[in-house]
Amino acid sequence: MAVVEEKVTTWLGRSVKRKEDDRFLQGRGNYIEDIKLPGMLYMAILRSPYAHARILSIDTAAAMQVPGVVAVVTGADLVAHKLAWMPTLSGDTQAVLATDKVRMQGQEVACVIAEDVYTAHDALGLIDVDYEPLPVVTNPQQALAEGAPVIRDDKEGKTDNRIYHWEAGDQGATERAFAQADRVVSIGMHYPRCHPSPLECCGCVADVNPASGKVTIYMTSQAPHAHRTVFALVTGLPEQNIQIISPDLGGGFGNKVPIYPGYVVATAASLLIGRPVKWIEDRTGNLISTGFARDFYMDGELALRQDGKMLGLRVNMLSDQGYAYADAQPSKFKAGLFHVVTGSYDIPAAHVVTDGAYTNKAPGGVAYRCSFRVTEASFFIERLVQKAAYELGLDPAELRRLNFIQPEQFPYTSATGFVYDSGDYERALDLALEKVGYRELRQEQAKLRQEGKGKLLGIGLASFTEVVGAGPGRQFDILGIRMFDSAELRVHPTGKAILKLGVKSQGQGHETTFAQIVSNELGIPPQDVMVQEGDTDNTPYGLGTYASRSTPTGGAATAVVARELREKAKRIAAHLLEAAAEDLEWELGRFFVRGTPDRGVTIQDVAFAAYTNLPEGMQAGLEGVHYYDPPNMTYPFGSYVVVVDIDAGTGQWKVRRVVAVDDCGVRINPMIVEGQIMGGLTEGLGMAAMELITFDEEGNCIGSNFMDYLLPTSMETPHFDLFETVTPSPHHPIGCKGVGESATVGSPAAYVNAVIDALAPYEITNIDMPVTSDKVWEALRSKGVGA
Amino acid sequence: MNEQAAPVGGEPQMRRRVELVVNGQRRSAEIENRLLLVHFLRETLGLTGTHVGCDTTSCGACTVRLQGTPVKSCTMFAVQADGLAVTTVEGLAQGGKLNPVQEGFKEEHGLQCGFCTPGMMLVSAALLEENPNPTEEEIRFAISGNICRCTGYQNIVKAVQWAAQKTQSEQAATTVA
Repeated sequence: MAVVEEKVTTWLGRSVKRKEDDRFLQGRGNYIEDIKLPGMLYMAILRSPYAHARILSIDTAAAMQVPGVVAVVTGADLVAHKLAWMPTLSGDTQAVLATDKVRMQGQEVACVIAEDVYTAHDALGLIDVDYEPLPVVTNPQQALAEGAPVIRDDKEGKTDNRIYHWEAGDQGATERAFAQADRVVSIGMHYPRCHPSPLECCGCVADVNPASGKVTIYMTSQAPHAHRTVFALVTGLPEQNIQIISPDLGGGFGNKVPIYPGYVVATAASLLIGRPVKWIEDRTGNLISTGFARDFYMDGELALRQDGKMLGLRVNMLSDQGYAYADAQPSKFKAGLFHVVTGSYDIPAAHVVTDGAYTNKAPGGVAYRCSFRVTEASFFIERLVQKAAYELGLDPAELRRLNFIQPEQFPYTSATGFVYDSGDYERALDLALEKVGYRELRQEQAKLRQEGKGKLLGIGLASFTEVVGAGPGRQFDILGIRMFDSAELRVHPTGKAILKLGVKSQGQGHETTFAQIVSNELGIPPQDVMVQEGDTDNTPYGLGTYASRSTPTGGAATAVVARELREKAKRIAAHLLEAAAEDLEWELGRFFVRGTPDRGVTIQDVAFAAYTNLPEGMQAGLEGVHYYDPPNMTYPFGSYVVVVDIDAGTGQWKVRRVVAVDDCGVRINPMIVEGQIMGGLTEGLGMAAMELITFDEEGNCIGSNFMDYLLPTSMETPHFDLFETVTPSPHHPIGCKGVGESATVGSPAAYVNAVIDALAPYEITNIDMPVTSDKVWEALRSKGVGA
Repeated sequence: MNEQAAPVGGEPQMRRRVELVVNGQRRSAEIENRLLLVHFLRETLGLTGTHVGCDTTSCGACTVRLQGTPVKSCTMFAVQADGLAVTTVEGLAQGGKLNPVQEGFKEEHGLQCGFCTPGMMLVSAALLEENPNPTEEEIRFAISGNICRCTGYQNIVKAVQWAAQKTQSEQAATTVA
């Protein structure tokens, strides 16, 4: 029997096995710590034990005596090179090495550079720093209180700890909406500080060639091009001499977006010593000093009619930024995209007031797998909507359905100014409820409540809408650099291709997904398309990978450049076929003459001709570059249902079921998309149930290692049931919306809503994350339930 | 910055010659007693497939097999492994043929960033040798000392199940033959 191969007509929606896997499976990845250069030195960082202290003196003499130590660097050394402070990605400043004071526990105070890493650590212990402890501020309420110590007294004229005050929406309209309301429902909560904690910490190998002046920095960077520009601005080195190479990254989740002091010191040291310098962060350094996430205090109210129609939303948010304002976020939006807080609902009026404050804690506020503070916004509205449903006596699903933005309302302009591209929220919710068996679960819950035997069942919903894919460049920039992204595509004579991108994978599978986009446009199969990222000398400029922006921006750029190449290919094909270009038709991978399907040439034939047999006057080659500035953001959405069982006697809760319906528009590689969703659902569980960076009153960080900062293991992580709806983005070239962060944005509210749903009969309305068993037990006990 | 070379004079570190069998090959080196096994593998032998994720035995990225048993090589001195056999991810494939666990991880998308993957696969391979047909619960328990930040574990479980099935069907084929 003849085997008939199925004709490939599209490469979208195909779960192609990942091209990048082979090297990882055989221990042949190339992560930062794997890079070893001849003559390389090793750097270790001495960190402050105090959260706030004046540095009286630093004595490095004994450390310098250790055999193998090449240099000890302090802040004073950097002052001489104007490198003691550096700009943050929000335009603030952050110390590279402390000079006057330390302003957080774990702050970088000195670095030892030695022949090997053990020696460098030996010497750290011999550095003698004399500190004078100062009063400590550990939360933003303290920070803004009268008489609080001014943390950033290094800034001229700074007399308080306020960083920003920023508002969105319409205050007057919102007040009018509240005046008309039958019911006002309020909620207050703290979304606590947590940490992205990629399994690989940060690090770099800085290699300055003293002869040529070329600076090559291998570093754990989610945004290598932006980092090159920042390095040029910080150091004054000419940008053409700086090459950033971001190798394989062992996860990122936002943690590898900022620039950290270690990178800067290692580079300065390499410059001054003339040898490569490697710095690999340890886990404690990672947890206590690098980009944390969240730490938002949120209070707000929802104005409703008696029938459940939402009329207005008011939110006050106070952000704990640590000692520097260092979020990587668009410069025009001081609290990121938090003002997308109206979520999936048609709320006619909203007013969002945000304030940021300095504290004696690590800087950051990076988006831990979310698009610029969307997670906090989504969590807030989804928690508030559930509370409103209880107060109105409505089912939480019903209240959502009553207020969803309807499909015919898109493009929908929200009360705070976002223009939602497309959505069908009710369809996603209905599918989730059907798949989880919502009605039966509510019946079971009612029965258990009647029996009253201490077994509590909770069903939590979240119908989130995300906003991802920044630009458009006219609205979104980081330090003035507009948020476009880019793709450069070159088809070789044999019909194989290389695609170079400005974004940077951290595990998302770009080498496969973006190859598929090329395949879909040109018919060159994915295995014939090499995807290159992360090397600034060899990829076009881009803003990098975070905020689920790779597919919305870099993916769009890829589709567009491939289409541009196809146009040129068509003219070459016309030449080869001796036909007019207008008479040619395209089927995936092949041009043919209309009406004569047998008369055709493949893309591979055309590629060869592009270098060997061109029409008169045409330039050789088949390559191009496209910088894509998206016309709008994309708005992925979904509905999650989490079912939990709680033992009222102990407060222990266990996830029985998670049903997740995601709509991220067109899926390029469903296997990879589902992988992203499951990872996000797991990190969402971590935030909801266990991940916490907190501080004692002296500013000591509690959560400085993986024994204290708890991450979900295979035992806590439940099985996930995933489903999809597909509502393409109308403005993306292939209808995609981005998905990397949907589940971390949407799921924390679903988990917490489930626990609170179980506790609702006892008038327990909120437990701040992480919702640990002891907190549940305490809450129940305070209501006289359980032991 | 003070760049002068450090004068000689600190405490010399105790050293000792060790000999290990790593991925079937006899490897010998003189090392500091305090050298961690993970650094011996990565730095002394250049086997960089074993990773360091947490420094505190919590995450399992550094997992290798010592005499067949998964251990966390970040919390063990290389001298403690003197005379013993170590298998790292580089030793999983045999004779150019991938271990079924490696194939399973690719087939079921059991990895994303790849950083935990070597440790995950070594633990999984050890499990399957002991228990060729594990339940989902048994797999989840076996990998519970290894943290993955990317996948949510579900596809890792499927990858191990894939490998179990592949191994069993291969053995069945051999028996028939």
